[in-house]
Amino acid sequence: MFRFRDRTTAERIIKKLREMGLNIFLMHVCGTHQDTLVRYGLDCMLEPCGVKIRQGPGCPVCVTTPEEIEEALILARKGKIITTFGDMMKVPGESGSLQSMRGKGHRIQVVYSIRDAVELARRVREDVVFFAIGFETTAPSTAATLLSDPPSNFSILSCHRYIPPAVKALLEMGETRIQGLIEPGHVSTVIGTRPYEEIAERYRIPQVVAGFEPLDLLMGVYMLAQMIRKGEWRVANEYVRSVKPEGNTKALKVMDEVFEPTDVAWRGFPVIPGSGMKLRQRFEEYDARTLFEDELKELRGMEFRTPSGCRCDEILRGIIDPPECPLFGRVCTPQSPVGPCMVSAEGSCSIEYKYGRRKINRESIQMGSGKR
Amino acid sequence: MCLAIPGRVVEKEGDVARVDFGDGTLREVDVSLVEVKVGEYVLVHAGFAIQVLDEEDARETLKLWEEILSQEVTP
Repeated sequence: MFRFRDRTTAERIIKKLREMGLNIFLMHVCGTHQDTLVRYGLDCMLEPCGVKIRQGPGCPVCVTTPEEIEEALILARKGKIITTFGDMMKVPGESGSLQSMRGKGHRIQVVYSIRDAVELARRVREDVVFFAIGFETTAPSTAATLLSDPPSNFSILSCHRYIPPAVKALLEMGETRIQGLIEPGHVSTVIGTRPYEEIAERYRIPQVVAGFEPLDLLMGVYMLAQMIRKGEWRVANEYVRSVKPEGNTKALKVMDEVFEPTDVAWRGFPVIPGSGMKLRQRFEEYDARTLFEDELKELRGMEFRTPSGCRCDEILRGIIDPPECPLFGRVCTPQSPVGPCMVSAEGSCSIEYKYGRRKINRESIQMGSGKR
Repeated sequence: MCLAIPGRVVEKEGDVARVDFGDGTLREVDVSLVEVKVGEYVLVHAGFAIQVLDEEDARETLKLWEEILSQEVTP
Protein backbone atom coordinates (compact mmCIF):
# COMPACT_ATOMS: atom_id res chain seq x y z
CA MET A 1 0.00 0.00 0.00
CA PHE A 2 2.71 2.49 0.90
CA ARG A 3 5.41 2.10 -1.69
CA PHE A 4 7.48 5.21 -1.92
CA ARG A 5 10.90 4.01 -3.02
CA ASP A 6 10.67 4.08 -6.77
CA ARG A 7 14.15 4.49 -8.14
CA THR A 8 13.22 6.24 -11.35
CA THR A 9 11.50 8.98 -9.38
CA ALA A 10 14.61 9.36 -7.21
CA GLU A 11 16.76 9.75 -10.29
CA ARG A 12 14.38 12.32 -11.73
CA ILE A 13 14.56 14.40 -8.56
CA ILE A 14 18.34 14.22 -8.37
CA LYS A 15 18.63 15.23 -12.03
CA LYS A 16 16.40 18.24 -11.45
CA LEU A 17 18.36 19.26 -8.38
CA ARG A 18 21.60 19.03 -10.37
CA GLU A 19 20.18 21.24 -13.10
CA MET A 20 19.37 23.90 -10.54
CA GLY A 21 23.05 24.50 -9.72
CA LEU A 22 22.36 24.86 -6.02
CA ASN A 23 24.49 25.75 -3.04
CA ILE A 24 22.10 25.57 -0.12
CA PHE A 25 22.11 24.64 3.55
CA LEU A 26 19.03 22.99 5.04
CA MET A 27 18.18 21.71 8.47
CA HIS A 28 15.77 19.14 9.82
CA VAL A 29 14.92 18.35 13.42
CA CYS A 30 14.17 14.65 13.43
CA GLY A 31 16.26 11.57 14.14
CA THR A 32 14.12 9.47 11.85
CA HIS A 33 14.84 11.89 8.99
CA GLN A 34 18.54 11.67 9.74
CA ASP A 35 18.30 7.88 9.67
CA THR A 36 16.68 7.90 6.22
CA LEU A 37 19.16 10.50 4.98
CA VAL A 38 22.26 8.54 5.94
CA ARG A 39 21.00 4.95 5.80
CA TYR A 40 20.01 5.31 2.16
CA GLY A 41 23.01 7.44 1.29
CA LEU A 42 20.83 10.41 0.32
CA ASP A 43 23.34 12.75 1.97
CA CYS A 44 25.96 11.52 -0.50
CA MET A 45 23.57 11.95 -3.41
CA LEU A 46 22.60 15.47 -2.38
CA GLU A 47 26.02 16.94 -1.63
CA PRO A 48 27.15 16.86 -5.28
CA CYS A 49 23.88 18.68 -6.08
CA GLY A 50 24.94 21.49 -3.75
CA VAL A 51 22.56 20.54 -0.93
CA LYS A 52 23.93 20.24 2.57
CA ILE A 53 21.57 19.03 5.33
CA ARG A 54 22.17 18.77 9.04
CA GLN A 55 20.10 17.51 11.93
CA GLY A 56 19.40 20.12 14.57
CA PRO A 57 17.99 19.38 18.04
CA GLY A 58 15.65 16.66 16.78
CA CYS A 59 16.50 13.75 19.03
CA PRO A 60 14.53 13.61 22.28
CA VAL A 61 17.14 11.50 24.06
CA CYS A 62 19.95 13.82 22.95
CA VAL A 63 18.30 17.05 24.06
CA THR A 64 17.35 15.73 27.51
CA THR A 65 19.60 17.62 29.88
CA PRO A 66 22.09 16.09 32.34
CA GLU A 67 19.95 17.56 35.16
CA GLU A 68 16.91 15.63 33.96
CA ILE A 69 18.90 12.42 33.67
CA GLU A 70 20.18 13.01 37.19
CA GLU A 71 16.59 13.33 38.44
CA ALA A 72 15.88 9.83 37.14
CA LEU A 73 19.10 8.51 38.65
CA ILE A 74 18.30 10.01 42.05
CA LEU A 75 14.81 8.51 42.03
CA ALA A 76 16.26 5.11 41.10
CA ARG A 77 18.71 5.35 44.00
CA LYS A 78 15.81 6.19 46.31
CA GLY A 79 14.13 2.90 45.46
CA LYS A 80 11.65 3.98 42.79
CA ILE A 81 11.18 1.77 39.77
CA ILE A 82 12.21 3.83 36.74
CA THR A 83 10.63 2.95 33.42
CA THR A 84 11.75 4.48 30.15
CA PHE A 85 12.39 3.91 26.45
CA GLY A 86 15.48 1.83 25.65
CA ASP A 87 17.48 4.65 24.10
CA MET A 88 17.61 6.48 27.40
CA MET A 89 19.45 3.67 29.21
CA LYS A 90 23.02 4.36 28.19
CA VAL A 91 23.06 8.16 28.24
CA PRO A 92 25.76 9.14 30.70
CA GLY A 93 24.61 11.38 33.54
CA GLU A 94 26.76 12.99 36.20
CA SER A 95 26.58 9.94 38.48
CA GLY A 96 26.36 7.16 35.90
CA SER A 97 23.68 6.03 33.49
CA LEU A 98 20.39 4.23 34.02
CA GLN A 99 22.10 1.12 32.72
CA SER A 100 24.91 1.36 35.25
CA MET A 101 22.31 1.91 37.97
CA ARG A 102 20.60 -1.29 36.94
CA GLY A 103 23.95 -3.05 37.18
CA LYS A 104 24.10 -1.89 40.79
CA GLY A 105 20.77 -3.55 41.52
CA HIS A 106 18.43 -0.58 41.17
CA ARG A 107 15.19 -1.23 39.35
CA ILE A 108 15.16 0.20 35.86
CA GLN A 109 12.74 -1.19 33.31
CA VAL A 110 12.81 -0.57 29.58
CA VAL A 111 9.35 -0.24 28.07
CA TYR A 112 8.06 -0.07 24.51
CA SER A 113 5.09 2.04 25.51
CA ILE A 114 3.88 3.98 28.54
CA ARG A 115 1.11 1.35 28.67
CA ASP A 116 3.71 -1.23 29.78
CA ALA A 117 4.80 1.09 32.60
CA VAL A 118 1.21 1.44 33.82
CA GLU A 119 0.71 -2.33 33.73
CA LEU A 120 3.86 -2.75 35.78
CA ALA A 121 2.54 -0.23 38.32
CA ARG A 122 -0.66 -2.25 38.63
CA ARG A 123 1.35 -5.38 39.47
CA VAL A 124 3.71 -3.93 42.10
CA ARG A 125 3.39 -1.90 45.30
CA GLU A 126 6.46 0.28 44.79
CA ASP A 127 6.37 3.65 43.07
CA VAL A 128 6.76 3.37 39.30
CA VAL A 129 8.10 6.50 37.61
CA PHE A 130 7.86 6.87 33.84
CA PHE A 131 10.81 8.93 32.60
CA ALA A 132 8.81 10.60 29.85
CA ILE A 133 10.82 11.88 26.92
CA GLY A 134 9.74 12.76 23.41
CA PHE A 135 8.19 15.53 21.36
CA GLU A 136 4.58 16.03 20.27
CA THR A 137 4.58 12.58 18.65
CA THR A 138 4.97 10.88 22.01
CA ALA A 139 3.44 13.34 24.49
CA PRO A 140 -0.20 12.52 23.56
CA SER A 141 0.36 8.93 24.73
CA THR A 142 1.49 10.22 28.11
CA ALA A 143 -1.45 12.60 28.27
CA ALA A 144 -4.00 9.95 27.28
CA THR A 145 -2.59 7.63 29.93
CA LEU A 146 -2.95 10.23 32.69
CA LEU A 147 -6.56 10.79 31.63
CA SER A 148 -7.35 7.10 31.93
CA ASP A 149 -6.99 6.90 35.71
CA PRO A 150 -3.63 5.14 36.20
CA PRO A 151 -2.83 3.59 39.62
CA SER A 152 -1.73 5.93 42.41
CA ASN A 153 1.80 4.47 42.59
CA PHE A 154 2.38 5.60 38.99
CA SER A 155 3.96 8.94 38.16
CA ILE A 156 5.58 10.90 35.36
CA LEU A 157 8.94 12.64 35.18
CA SER A 158 8.00 14.88 32.29
CA CYS A 159 10.82 15.74 29.91
CA HIS A 160 8.46 16.13 26.96
CA ARG A 161 9.20 19.08 24.73
CA TYR A 162 7.55 21.13 21.98
CA ILE A 163 9.39 21.33 18.65
CA PRO A 164 8.28 24.75 17.27
CA PRO A 165 9.92 26.78 20.08
CA ALA A 166 13.20 24.95 19.43
CA VAL A 167 12.99 25.72 15.73
CA LYS A 168 12.49 29.38 16.63
CA ALA A 169 15.44 29.27 19.03
CA LEU A 170 17.68 27.85 16.31
CA LEU A 171 16.71 30.60 13.90
CA GLU A 172 16.95 33.24 16.62
CA MET A 173 20.48 32.18 17.55
CA GLY A 174 21.52 32.50 13.92
CA GLU A 175 24.74 30.52 14.28
CA THR A 176 24.22 28.85 10.92
CA ARG A 177 22.66 30.29 7.81
CA ILE A 178 19.71 27.96 7.51
CA GLN A 179 17.95 28.51 4.17
CA GLY A 180 15.19 25.97 4.55
CA LEU A 181 13.71 23.63 7.12
CA ILE A 182 12.45 20.09 6.71
CA GLU A 183 9.83 19.77 9.42
CA PRO A 184 9.27 16.41 11.16
CA GLY A 185 6.49 14.28 9.68
CA HIS A 186 5.26 12.59 12.81
CA VAL A 187 5.44 15.59 15.13
CA SER A 188 3.48 17.36 12.39
CA THR A 189 0.98 14.49 12.17
CA VAL A 190 -0.01 15.60 15.67
CA ILE A 191 0.46 19.40 15.52
CA GLY A 192 -0.41 19.96 11.85
CA THR A 193 1.25 22.50 9.59
CA ARG A 194 -0.18 25.69 11.10
CA PRO A 195 2.41 26.23 13.88
CA TYR A 196 5.04 26.61 11.16
CA GLU A 197 3.18 29.45 9.40
CA GLU A 198 4.16 31.93 12.08
CA ILE A 199 7.80 30.80 11.81
CA ALA A 200 7.71 31.21 8.03
CA GLU A 201 6.37 34.75 8.32
CA ARG A 202 8.60 35.86 11.14
CA TYR A 203 11.88 34.43 9.86
CA ARG A 204 11.04 34.38 6.17
CA ILE A 205 12.15 30.80 5.90
CA PRO A 206 10.72 28.13 3.58
CA GLN A 207 9.60 24.92 5.26
CA VAL A 208 8.44 21.54 4.03
CA VAL A 209 6.84 18.90 6.21
CA ALA A 210 8.22 15.60 4.91
CA GLY A 211 7.68 11.89 5.44
CA PHE A 212 10.32 9.26 6.11
CA GLU A 213 10.72 7.21 2.96
CA PRO A 214 13.78 8.12 0.87
CA LEU A 215 11.54 9.67 -1.79
CA ASP A 216 9.67 11.73 0.79
CA LEU A 217 12.93 13.36 1.82
CA LEU A 218 14.18 13.88 -1.72
CA MET A 219 10.85 15.46 -2.66
CA GLY A 220 11.01 17.62 0.46
CA VAL A 221 14.46 18.84 -0.52
CA TYR A 222 13.32 19.54 -4.07
CA MET A 223 10.30 21.51 -2.87
CA LEU A 224 12.53 23.57 -0.58
CA ALA A 225 15.07 24.16 -3.34
CA GLN A 226 12.30 25.50 -5.55
CA MET A 227 11.06 27.86 -2.87
CA ILE A 228 14.57 29.09 -2.11
CA ARG A 229 15.12 29.65 -5.82
CA LYS A 230 11.92 31.67 -6.13
CA GLY A 231 12.55 33.60 -2.93
CA GLU A 232 9.39 32.22 -1.30
CA TRP A 233 8.88 31.36 2.34
CA ARG A 234 5.82 29.16 2.48
CA VAL A 235 4.99 26.06 4.50
CA ALA A 236 4.48 23.15 2.11
CA ASN A 237 3.29 19.68 3.01
CA GLU A 238 4.89 16.74 1.26
CA TYR A 239 3.55 14.18 3.76
CA VAL A 240 -0.13 14.65 2.92
CA ARG A 241 -0.86 10.98 3.55
CA SER A 242 -0.37 11.55 7.27
CA VAL A 243 -0.23 15.27 8.00
CA LYS A 244 -3.39 17.41 7.92
CA PRO A 245 -3.20 21.21 8.28
CA GLU A 246 -5.02 21.03 11.61
CA GLY A 247 -3.07 17.97 12.83
CA ASN A 248 -4.64 15.30 15.00
CA THR A 249 -7.15 17.44 16.88
CA LYS A 250 -8.02 14.69 19.33
CA ALA A 251 -4.37 14.22 20.31
CA LEU A 252 -3.85 17.98 20.56
CA LYS A 253 -6.84 18.35 22.85
CA VAL A 254 -5.66 15.57 25.15
CA MET A 255 -2.14 17.02 25.23
CA ASP A 256 -3.44 20.48 26.05
CA GLU A 257 -5.63 19.14 28.81
CA VAL A 258 -2.68 17.55 30.59
CA PHE A 259 0.33 19.74 29.79
CA GLU A 260 1.16 23.42 29.86
CA PRO A 261 4.20 25.09 28.29
CA THR A 262 7.10 25.91 30.56
CA ASP A 263 10.59 27.31 29.99
CA VAL A 264 13.23 24.57 29.87
CA ALA A 265 16.82 24.15 28.80
CA TRP A 266 17.70 21.75 25.99
CA ARG A 267 21.10 20.14 25.82
CA GLY A 268 23.28 22.42 23.75
CA PHE A 269 20.84 25.31 24.11
CA PRO A 270 20.07 27.88 26.75
CA VAL A 271 16.56 27.91 28.25
CA ILE A 272 14.02 27.95 25.43
CA PRO A 273 10.85 29.83 26.40
CA GLY A 274 7.69 27.73 26.41
CA SER A 275 9.42 24.64 25.05
CA GLY A 276 8.84 22.22 27.93
CA MET A 277 5.67 20.30 28.78
CA LYS A 278 4.81 20.59 32.43
CA LEU A 279 1.94 18.63 33.96
CA ARG A 280 -0.93 20.94 34.81
CA GLN A 281 -1.65 21.36 38.50
CA ARG A 282 -4.70 19.12 38.21
CA PHE A 283 -2.34 16.22 37.57
CA GLU A 284 0.17 16.94 40.34
CA GLU A 285 -0.69 13.65 42.05
CA TYR A 286 1.09 12.04 39.06
CA ASP A 287 3.94 14.55 38.86
CA ALA A 288 7.14 12.90 40.10
CA ARG A 289 8.72 16.34 40.63
CA THR A 290 5.97 17.26 43.08
CA LEU A 291 5.60 13.85 44.70
CA PHE A 292 9.32 13.36 45.28
CA GLU A 293 10.31 16.96 45.83
CA ASP A 294 12.31 16.07 48.96
CA GLU A 295 14.26 13.30 47.25
CA LEU A 296 15.07 15.56 44.32
CA LYS A 297 16.56 18.23 46.60
CA GLU A 298 19.85 16.35 46.11
CA LEU A 299 20.00 17.94 42.69
CA ARG A 300 20.61 21.37 44.19
CA GLY A 301 24.19 22.43 44.10
CA MET A 302 25.21 19.64 41.76
CA GLU A 303 27.46 20.69 38.93
CA PHE A 304 27.07 19.29 35.46
CA ARG A 305 30.04 19.21 33.17
CA THR A 306 30.23 18.35 29.52
CA PRO A 307 32.69 15.47 29.09
CA SER A 308 36.00 16.79 27.87
CA GLY A 309 36.16 16.99 24.08
CA CYS A 310 32.49 16.05 23.54
CA ARG A 311 30.89 18.26 20.89
CA CYS A 312 27.28 17.05 21.17
CA ASP A 313 26.21 20.61 21.93
CA GLU A 314 27.40 21.81 18.54
CA ILE A 315 25.98 18.73 16.79
CA LEU A 316 22.58 19.55 18.28
CA ARG A 317 22.75 23.13 17.04
CA GLY A 318 23.70 21.88 13.58
CA ILE A 319 27.07 23.60 13.58
CA ILE A 320 29.30 20.60 12.89
CA ASP A 321 29.13 17.10 11.38
CA PRO A 322 29.89 14.13 13.66
CA PRO A 323 33.35 13.36 12.17
CA GLU A 324 34.44 16.88 13.18
CA CYS A 325 34.29 15.82 16.82
CA PRO A 326 37.70 14.56 17.96
CA LEU A 327 36.09 11.77 19.98
CA PHE A 328 33.91 10.42 17.15
CA GLY A 329 34.59 6.76 16.41
CA ARG A 330 37.74 6.77 18.52
CA VAL A 331 36.90 7.36 22.15
CA CYS A 332 33.16 7.67 21.53
CA THR A 333 31.39 4.68 19.97
CA PRO A 334 27.92 3.15 20.39
CA GLN A 335 29.44 0.50 22.69
CA SER A 336 31.03 3.13 24.87
CA PRO A 337 29.34 6.46 24.16
CA VAL A 338 30.63 9.70 25.65
CA GLY A 339 27.76 11.93 24.57
CA PRO A 340 24.05 11.30 23.93
CA CYS A 341 24.30 11.79 20.16
CA MET A 342 26.25 8.52 20.04
CA VAL A 343 23.81 6.72 22.35
CA SER A 344 20.46 7.24 20.75
CA ALA A 345 19.48 5.46 17.55
CA GLU A 346 18.29 8.93 16.52
CA GLY A 347 21.48 10.77 17.33
CA SER A 348 23.55 12.12 14.42
CA CYS A 349 26.73 10.47 15.71
CA SER A 350 25.21 7.04 16.18
CA ILE A 351 23.62 7.17 12.72
CA GLU A 352 26.85 8.34 11.11
CA TYR A 353 28.80 5.61 12.91
CA LYS A 354 26.35 2.93 11.80
CA TYR A 355 25.83 3.86 8.15
CA GLY A 356 28.19 6.69 7.30
CA ARG A 357 31.17 4.38 6.85
CA ARG A 358 29.69 2.58 3.94
CA LYS A 359 29.30 5.92 2.16
CA ILE A 360 27.41 4.36 -0.65
CA ASN A 361 27.29 5.84 -4.07
CA ARG A 362 23.95 6.28 -5.68
CA GLU A 363 24.30 3.19 -7.86
CA SER A 364 24.30 0.90 -4.85
CA ILE A 365 21.26 2.34 -3.16
CA GLN A 366 18.62 -0.32 -2.70
CA MET A 367 15.62 1.93 -2.94
CA GLY A 368 13.22 -0.90 -3.61
CA SER A 369 14.20 -3.25 -0.85
CA GLY A 370 14.61 -3.30 2.86
CA LYS A 371 12.06 -2.74 5.54
CA ARG A 372 12.09 0.16 7.91
CA MET B 1 11.68 8.08 18.97
CA CYS B 2 9.42 9.57 16.37
CA LEU B 3 9.37 6.40 14.34
CA ALA B 4 5.81 5.37 13.59
CA ILE B 5 4.79 2.23 11.74
CA PRO B 6 1.65 1.61 9.69
CA GLY B 7 -0.50 -1.40 10.48
CA ARG B 8 -4.04 -2.66 9.88
CA VAL B 9 -6.63 -2.84 12.62
CA VAL B 10 -7.96 -6.41 12.76
CA GLU B 11 -9.95 -6.26 16.00
CA LYS B 12 -11.14 -3.46 18.21
CA GLU B 13 -12.68 -3.32 21.63
CA GLY B 14 -13.21 0.11 23.13
CA ASP B 15 -9.93 2.01 22.90
CA VAL B 16 -7.80 -1.09 22.42
CA ALA B 17 -7.19 -2.60 19.00
CA ARG B 18 -5.19 -5.50 17.67
CA VAL B 19 -3.06 -4.26 14.82
CA ASP B 20 -1.40 -6.37 12.13
CA PHE B 21 1.97 -4.97 11.06
CA GLY B 22 2.13 -7.17 8.01
CA ASP B 23 4.88 -9.55 8.96
CA GLY B 24 2.73 -11.71 11.18
CA THR B 25 3.26 -9.37 14.12
CA LEU B 26 0.06 -8.56 15.96
CA ARG B 27 0.20 -5.99 18.70
CA GLU B 28 -2.22 -4.38 21.06
CA VAL B 29 -2.49 -0.69 20.29
CA ASP B 30 -4.29 2.11 22.11
CA VAL B 31 -6.54 3.84 19.56
CA SER B 32 -8.03 6.46 21.88
CA LEU B 33 -6.33 9.29 19.96
CA VAL B 34 -7.97 8.47 16.61
CA GLU B 35 -11.33 7.48 15.12
CA VAL B 36 -10.71 4.16 13.45
CA LYS B 37 -12.70 1.14 12.27
CA VAL B 38 -11.67 -2.48 11.83
CA GLY B 39 -9.94 -2.94 8.47
CA GLU B 40 -8.45 0.57 8.37
CA TYR B 41 -4.76 1.41 8.57
CA VAL B 42 -3.24 3.32 11.46
CA LEU B 43 0.15 4.87 12.08
CA VAL B 44 1.44 3.54 15.40
CA HIS B 45 3.97 5.21 17.68
CA ALA B 46 4.97 3.82 21.10
CA GLY B 47 1.83 1.70 21.41
CA PHE B 48 -0.59 4.46 20.36
CA ALA B 49 -2.21 5.08 16.99
CA ILE B 50 -1.55 8.71 16.07
CA GLN B 51 -3.24 8.81 12.65
CA VAL B 52 -5.56 6.89 10.36
CA LEU B 53 -4.12 6.36 6.88
CA ASP B 54 -6.06 5.67 3.74
CA GLU B 55 -5.21 4.62 0.23
CA GLU B 56 -6.72 7.76 -1.21
CA ASP B 57 -4.14 9.87 0.65
CA ALA B 58 -1.36 7.57 -0.54
CA ARG B 59 -2.49 8.05 -4.13
CA GLU B 60 -2.70 11.78 -3.46
CA THR B 61 1.02 11.77 -2.57
CA LEU B 62 1.98 10.14 -5.83
CA LYS B 63 -0.17 12.66 -7.70
CA LEU B 64 1.44 15.55 -5.83
CA TRP B 65 4.91 14.27 -6.69
CA GLU B 66 4.07 13.90 -10.33
CA GLU B 67 2.67 17.42 -10.40
CA ILE B 68 5.77 18.90 -8.81
CA LEU B 69 8.18 16.92 -10.94
CA SER B 70 6.44 17.72 -14.20
CA GLN B 71 7.01 21.43 -13.67
CA GLU B 72 10.01 22.98 -15.36
CA VAL B 73 13.04 23.79 -13.25
CA THR B 74 13.17 27.49 -12.50
CA PRO B 75 16.34 28.86 -14.05
